[in-house]
Amino acid sequence: MIRAQGLGAVLAGIDVLRAVDFHANPGQITVIVGPNGSGKTTLLRRLTGDLQGPGRVLLDDAPIGAMPPRRLALRRAVLQQATQVGFPFTLREVVRMGQEAGGQAPGIVAAAIAEVGLSAMIDRPFQDLSGGEQARGHLARVRAQIWNPVTSGGACWLFVDEPVAALDIGHQIQVMDLLRRFADAGGGVVAVMHDLNLTAMHADRMVLMAQGAVLATGTPAQVMTDGHLSAAYRAPIRINRAPDTGVWLLPQMAGDPIKGQN
Amino acid sequence: MAATGPMRRAHRLPVAMVVTGLAILLLGVALASLSLGASGVLPWDGWRRMLTPAETAILYNIRLPRLILGGLVGAGLAVSGVLMQGLFRNPLADPALIGVSAGAGLGAVTAIVLGGLMPVTVQALAGMYMAPLFAFCGGGATTLILYRLASLRGHTSVTTMLLAGIVLGALANAIMGILIFIADDRQLRDLTFWGLGSLAGTNWAKLMAAAPILILGLAAAPFLARGLNALAMGEPAARHMGTPVETIKRGAIFAVAAMTGAAVAVSGGIGFVGIVAPHVLRLAIGPDHRALIPASALFGAALLITADTVARLIVAPAELPIGILMALIGAPVFLWLLLARRPGTGM
Repeated sequence: MIRAQGLGAVLAGIDVLRAVDFHANPGQITVIVGPNGSGKTTLLRRLTGDLQGPGRVLLDDAPIGAMPPRRLALRRAVLQQATQVGFPFTLREVVRMGQEAGGQAPGIVAAAIAEVGLSAMIDRPFQDLSGGEQARGHLARVRAQIWNPVTSGGACWLFVDEPVAALDIGHQIQVMDLLRRFADAGGGVVAVMHDLNLTAMHADRMVLMAQGAVLATGTPAQVMTDGHLSAAYRAPIRINRAPDTGVWLLPQMAGDPIKGQN
Repeated sequence: MAATGPMRRAHRLPVAMVVTGLAILLLGVALASLSLGASGVLPWDGWRRMLTPAETAILYNIRLPRLILGGLVGAGLAVSGVLMQGLFRNPLADPALIGVSAGAGLGAVTAIVLGGLMPVTVQALAGMYMAPLFAFCGGGATTLILYRLASLRGHTSVTTMLLAGIVLGALANAIMGILIFIADDRQLRDLTFWGLGSLAGTNWAKLMAAAPILILGLAAAPFLARGLNALAMGEPAARHMGTPVETIKRGAIFAVAAMTGAAVAVSGGIGFVGIVAPHVLRLAIGPDHRALIPASALFGAALLITADTVARLIVAPAELPIGILMALIGAPVFLWLLLARRPGTGM
């Protein structure tokens, strides 16, 4: 499991993260939510070791700061919000970098690309893909690095920062299902999300952040209350159930036919 | 899922074919360079008849060391370009354009002008390695400062890199100017000779001074290839993929400084090799550094040997500085690169 205690971060002289305790269990999707500037991404960057600060992060009781990058790369992969590829690498070459970093079999490359539905683009320059396709392409790279949810060393982890932000509703469901399958097979997922609906659907545990601190943690049912959300987002928010009449577009209604497509 | 939009597949040539082709090209231009010159002697004449002492000297003491040095300098400059471009994630980075060559030049000029002030023991120890060594330090310091400046705000900014490179180059040139101002007549002659950007006057001693440093840099470059591939996605992503980012960065800066320093020390300022060779090859075989580095080394060597041969012949018996020729080829390629770059790729 991932455990962190007393995590802090100071950016440009401001405490953007204050004494945050965090844990995530393998086999679960743990989602960090909160308003803009609440410290979601900062918390994720502290958890992945991109940002230094007070407190420490443990992966199965070993501090990740002390693990060599090579070994850490075999246990966890990270999907950042926007990653630009500096040279005209093809999608296949980008995903291959993940496969090599994770020490996976070469065949994983095509499988990871198929998993995000981009097989037709495999030999296209990555820079030519649309924003949403690039986001899924990077997810394929991350999956190619951490393909097996569980290895002999223990459960493996995916840290994903807004994995569905650039995607249409169909691909949002596709990506969340992908993460769900990974967690169901024993892997751990830590995600930063903006979409509270998708979070309610898919999270096993939620961490609600506000102003650099944790406001509430627990199951979506425990965290997503009118009181918690209104306090965090500083706006009156009311939890609803799907109505019987009128036109609504809810990802909750998506059935299995779409899941089988890719 | 169906493909959408009129997108192009990346057209790539097989790496093995391109590398073999480049090796044959290099062999061809090397033979041509050995055969062509003011004297009509040919390399294979030695099998058919006894060579006169003058002919032997032309082949083995003039043309051969110059050929080898030209090849090493070309390979070193091309691979320096690849490494810098990988480090800065930008195809426009080139040691000559962003001040690294000027920094190395300042080192070389310092060695020539102020070398005589050093303790005799240092002079005796450093000897012919003094100019390459000083050039290495100058190039290394410039690359380091440049990288710090360009990545000041947490990400490498290309605008900052290009502008800071121009400023550092200007600064190095200004200090060089001061040194040239205080130089005596003998040193001025050395400086003029050096500053022409030419391989003229290459002998075995000069080759032996520069070759080990160039070969060291060339040998180190392939070990950086995989890390540079990952760095194309930025430092955090590279780290997440297990790349020892700091080691790769230091290695690249060290190798660039070594190769550019040695090249500048023996041949003055030859620009654009580091831009032309990698750019053409990225179009042919793609940006994977594991293929790009060896291919660029071969292409750079062939390019410089060709340019040097043309420089020797075109206004014979005089010689055109090779730097001028490379700039004539390189400047249009650079403009092409600048105009063809994609919007939004951070360049």
